[in-house]
Amino acid sequence: MHIPDGFLHPLILAGTATLSAVAVAVAARKAQRELEESRFALLGVTGAFVFAAQMVNFPLGFGTSSHLLGGMLLAVTLGLAPAMVTMTAILVVQALVFQDGGVLALGANVLNMAVAGIAAGYLPYALWSRGRLRWFAILAGGFLSVVASGAMAMAELVLSGVRIPAALLWSSAVLLTASGLLEGLLTLAVVRALRALQPSALERAQVRRSQAVLGVLAVLLAGGIVAVASEAPDVLDSLADRVGIAERARALLTTPLAEYRLSWAPGSWWSQATAGLLGLALTYGAGVALARALRRRRSA
Amino acid sequence: MAAEPLIRVRNLRYRYEDGTLALDGLSFELYPGETVAVLGPNGSGKTTFVLHLNGLLRGEGEIIVCGLRIEKGNLEEIRRRVGLLFQDPDEQLFMPTVLEDVAFALLCRGMDPAEAERRARAALAQVGLEGAASRPPYHLSAGEKRRAALAAVLASQPEILVLDEPTTYLDPPARRELITLLGALPQAKLIVTHDADFAAAIADRAVFLHRGKIVAEGRVSELVHRYGWTPHTSGRRER
Amino acid sequence: MHHVVLDEWGRRPGWLQKRDARVKLVALLGYLIALGTAPPLALPAAAGFGALAAAGVVLGKLPAGAVALRAALVLPIGLFLAAGLLLGGAALRAGDLLVRSYLSAVAVLVVMGTTPMAGLLRAMESLGVPRFLVVVLHFLYRYLFVLSEQAQHMRLAVRSRGLDRAGLRRCPSLWKAAGGALAVLFARSLARAEAIHRAMLARGYRGQVLWLRAARMRPGDWLFLAVALTLCAAVRVVLAHAG
Repeated sequence: MHIPDGFLHPLILAGTATLSAVAVAVAARKAQRELEESRFALLGVTGAFVFAAQMVNFPLGFGTSSHLLGGMLLAVTLGLAPAMVTMTAILVVQALVFQDGGVLALGANVLNMAVAGIAAGYLPYALWSRGRLRWFAILAGGFLSVVASGAMAMAELVLSGVRIPAALLWSSAVLLTASGLLEGLLTLAVVRALRALQPSALERAQVRRSQAVLGVLAVLLAGGIVAVASEAPDVLDSLADRVGIAERARALLTTPLAEYRLSWAPGSWWSQATAGLLGLALTYGAGVALARALRRRRSA
Repeated sequence: MAAEPLIRVRNLRYRYEDGTLALDGLSFELYPGETVAVLGPNGSGKTTFVLHLNGLLRGEGEIIVCGLRIEKGNLEEIRRRVGLLFQDPDEQLFMPTVLEDVAFALLCRGMDPAEAERRARAALAQVGLEGAASRPPYHLSAGEKRRAALAAVLASQPEILVLDEPTTYLDPPARRELITLLGALPQAKLIVTHDADFAAAIADRAVFLHRGKIVAEGRVSELVHRYGWTPHTSGRRER
Repeated sequence: MHHVVLDEWGRRPGWLQKRDARVKLVALLGYLIALGTAPPLALPAAAGFGALAAAGVVLGKLPAGAVALRAALVLPIGLFLAAGLLLGGAALRAGDLLVRSYLSAVAVLVVMGTTPMAGLLRAMESLGVPRFLVVVLHFLYRYLFVLSEQAQHMRLAVRSRGLDRAGLRRCPSLWKAAGGALAVLFARSLARAEAIHRAMLARGYRGQVLWLRAARMRPGDWLFLAVALTLCAAVRVVLAHAG
């Protein structure tokens, strides 16, 4: 599920953006090392394939149809880290070109679908890809990838104060389960056909058992955030009431100096505006400096 | 011809991973200034052959290009001297804009960006596409794509042009344009084609490839006649 | 499709089209952050943010109606998400969320409609997005068109062989056939990626994709950046508290 802009609490936005920025940066470096000769073309074209595949609808009867979401298929054919990078690229294009998911909410959507979704989906595959359970692993992986990312999205919304009545919550859960099963079946159908057609397509990605750890982490993350959301849906707001953190963080995000008026121009609206602008510039400057420093360290 | 050949291929053999023998003792020479058409049925090894000429595929046998034997150490130099135009321009034009694409090879070779841009613009002018520099490749017509890909190859100032089915996807006017454009280029050319009319219009001589071997050599009209290679515009669906 | 429309808008002779992509990207982020962190929008704030987005539409000479309609694509999912609030009686809060997501979509469209993707991707790189991701993004966008065309052909082929809706429901083994069609498309994509890689090697690719030098920032770019960010901050700080 692609969350649009405007729905998420600033703290959620900041948290998910930070988590997914780190995860994607790490995945990008790993992917570059994993794929021989850094095959940008391979990841880009398979990403484009997922878009194209989403145009092919699988009819389910009763006038409904469904399509492949593709995360699990990418993980099986490219490997974990390259699949994460490719899925991130897909989400960016969806947000920018197709208004599918917000730009500010990209952090959350990437964390849900490209990081946690793919890691969770990869868990059964990392464990059982070689044994007799291989086909079940793909089925379960497709299911887990959809359910984990969907559950995280719902939890983030609930935490952001978007109340969802119980009836709607239950029907969403049923819907999520159904589309998870479908994703598993679709991925399985494609992978089986691919194995008959071009087995080399499935040999590119090396499966490592150790990667199951990431899957476990992703499932724990999804479970944890759902648990927090169901226990205390207003946790962010009550936190704000109690310690005023949220309000302060909210101010910090945009206008670090706005609440502390500039002494040389007390009280006027434009002092607040200038302070806001300064805050933005400072935040950005800090970000760029950090990125530069990281890049220098990498090239050194 | 007395001159040293630009390309000399001796007894080239290549086997696909699945075991099929694609090239079976192929020998060939290309001399300065000449244009040679490579004819032959589908699956006769034409594309496999041209991919050997700049070391993208490595079979057994000997290939000498511009006096350089194809081996790991001089691939870069050979790829600069042999400009390879692929069959599908969508695969060749992979950069976001036409200008970036034409400059790609120059930048890869470490040329200064300003100089690369100047050279790329000159190459675009050479194929009559000055106006398309900042356009993305997917907005070009089939003929423009083909010319842009040609500009990308010409920017490196190669000594030899190798063209794989250059008339695929082209309508008759675009095809005529291409003939004029290629005719004006001084480089020696090796052109793989199904298009007998096109070959006759542009090539000095032709070789006929069959099952990975050159089975005949001569004038285009002779070979076309001998192998019943009836003229048709294109082996493929037009886009 | 969307990208064709966006490309057409990008060629219009608007003032915004001439601005540096980096500046527009930063301004977009500034706008989205200001909007996303504002307290529940009262009328003045909503009007302020709306006016900023509208100014973008005017500066880019974009067709207002088309932008308004296209941005409405976010409303169905927004409505779905806001349904709980609506049912729970918090209609005002639901409306607030919908207005925010709608205005955000308009802002994204303004920037996307006035900036070619190539420039935008380079701007992302200069603002710190990892280069690897940027290059993957570029290849994805480039081959989106080629592959979706292929998928269309395939869909026609599948349909012409009678694999239509009714057929698939009657015979589950046809599900396999559809899976097979996707597998064929995937295998072709891999072959295409291989061919592209070969074309890159043929032109001297050594593991790094390099760009020409980016255009330099012009006075108009700095002006736009300063004005846009000031206005976003002003609306966020002043109007948002005025309600």
